[in-house]
Amino acid sequence: MAGSTPASLTGDAGAGRELAPQVSPALDTWRRFRRHRLAVISAIILLVMGLAVILGPTLWRVPIDEIDFTARMEPPSAVHPFGTDDLGQDLLARMLYGGRISLAVGLATMLVSVLVGTLVGAVAGISRGSVDAALMLVTDLFLSLPQLPLLLLIIYLFRDALKSVLGVEGGVFILVVGVIGGFRWMPVARLVRAQFLSLREKEFVEAARALGASTLRQVLRHILPNALGPVIVAGTINVADAIIAESTLSFLGLGFPPDIPTWGRLLFEAKDYLDFAPHWALFAGAAIFLTVLSINFIGDGLRDVLDPRKVM
Amino acid sequence: MSRYLLRRLLIAVPSLIGISIVLFTILALAPGDPFGELASNPAVPPEVRVALRAKFGMDDPIVLRYLHWLVAMLQGDWGFSFVSRVNVDTLIWQRLPATLLVIGSSQVLALLIALPVGVFAATRPYSVFDQIASTFAFIGFSLPTFFTGLLFILLFSIHLDWLPFVFRSDLAATGWRWYWEEFRQAIMPIAVLGMFQGASWTRYVRSAVLDVIRLDYVTTARAKGLREGKVVIRHVVRNALIPVVTLVALQVPAIFGGAIVTEQIFRVPGIGSLLINSILQNDTPVIMGVTFVFACLVILFNLIADVLYGWLDPRIAYR
Repeated sequence: MAGSTPASLTGDAGAGRELAPQVSPALDTWRRFRRHRLAVISAIILLVMGLAVILGPTLWRVPIDEIDFTARMEPPSAVHPFGTDDLGQDLLARMLYGGRISLAVGLATMLVSVLVGTLVGAVAGISRGSVDAALMLVTDLFLSLPQLPLLLLIIYLFRDALKSVLGVEGGVFILVVGVIGGFRWMPVARLVRAQFLSLREKEFVEAARALGASTLRQVLRHILPNALGPVIVAGTINVADAIIAESTLSFLGLGFPPDIPTWGRLLFEAKDYLDFAPHWALFAGAAIFLTVLSINFIGDGLRDVLDPRKVM
Repeated sequence: MSRYLLRRLLIAVPSLIGISIVLFTILALAPGDPFGELASNPAVPPEVRVALRAKFGMDDPIVLRYLHWLVAMLQGDWGFSFVSRVNVDTLIWQRLPATLLVIGSSQVLALLIALPVGVFAATRPYSVFDQIASTFAFIGFSLPTFFTGLLFILLFSIHLDWLPFVFRSDLAATGWRWYWEEFRQAIMPIAVLGMFQGASWTRYVRSAVLDVIRLDYVTTARAKGLREGKVVIRHVVRNALIPVVTLVALQVPAIFGGAIVTEQIFRVPGIGSLLINSILQNDTPVIMGVTFVFACLVILFNLIADVLYGWLDPRIAYR
């Protein structure tokens, strides 16, 4: 927010210098984000894709499971803009429906990982001592776990139990989100802890402490809002990672069941027909790639705005 | 150096124990009773079931069960594959070389991409080359390995028909011909993994070199009249690699994830495809064994990273 608010009222406020118009932090953030051209383009692409998967199924009213053996593995045409699969099902409809799941998994996983990571990092950073050491030990342990094998193992062991409790779609959704989120919170925790360790020694926090603010108030009002910038960036990247992780699971045939055509699942089904129906795999893969690339670019743009020290 | 290595080895032990606890907890929490089938079978009297449970220690306290399991794992008693009727450790030893070959070569390839490109981009920041390299890096690590794999098969195996897309462990050729065939079938999985890793490492290398190149000692080296190439290679890169090694060590679990996917796509007979197949066939002992091996490999690679770290930064080695 450099230059947006004068430091003091008694200073040179009226001394010949024109007062800069007041700019809200949100507007300032947007102004700086706008300078990253690729990030803006990516945001537009992502917005279009989001609208497509939300509104698409109401506009493109072809059922996702209508089997038509006279139109098997057809290349894109006017009737089927994205072509059809081996059962003659319309791929555009399936991709719009599957995109909802893929994007929802990405967002929900990001929320889980950011919440857990912030909680662990905040507790470790504010309490220090043995609590901090123990929490960081757990964080390091999680960082050295082989994630994909464990993901596969957990989903294999718990899938049927959760399915019977929460239904097929809900059970697998909660399992996938919980497990992927459970393996993605560690970088956030480390970031938050590092921020807390430096922020808690800053003067404004000391001032709050001197005024008698409780620890909880110091954390929630003073430290956390200032620690949030890098967390938002890490959260954005986490959405991309989670979408890749979910697609990987589905691609290995171990994510959502066959009747829920997530993008990874479409690739899994398409991979044996690459020579007859390349469009099938290409559209689904391109959708994953475009989404992940857009999110990564947005994360890069946000990093320029919110976390300028880290030039990566 | 040997003392440093020994200390690192000792630090690896708690990580291994931690991982084994996590694995065991997952297994213990999993629903389902291995003797559930016996309960519904009227021909088996309940006393037999109780005796069996007692014999296999199913009713022991959880700490005791964990210790039993750990001791068995340490003694190499990893169980027996339900599907292929072979001991789990034999099965894993058969499959491990292919995995290590693919992962090792792809890491070398990733380094060969990331080091030159990252250093070159960082010595000319915001130039055209830098911008192109960074755009390609973004594309590279946004392309999931399973999609790149399929694209490669589509292009090189189906359209151009240059490379085989099924990895065979029983090549008929001998001598040089064998090496050539092995190279031809391994190049696609290695390239897929290597490019993905190389893309993200390029960014690490670039930012690390950018951090170091502004330091005063680099200016001093230039002022001594050293050639620019020598300054960059001898003075800058070595120090820049220290944070890169840390970041790479953090990525090791992700590398193994990518390896599982590529093995599955190209049907490389490694432990990754063994894991997937045993999950699809409900072969629990093999699943446990392979997951544990992956955990050990992650720790081993972290250990290698630590040794490299000590070599790059002598201040750490003998502390």
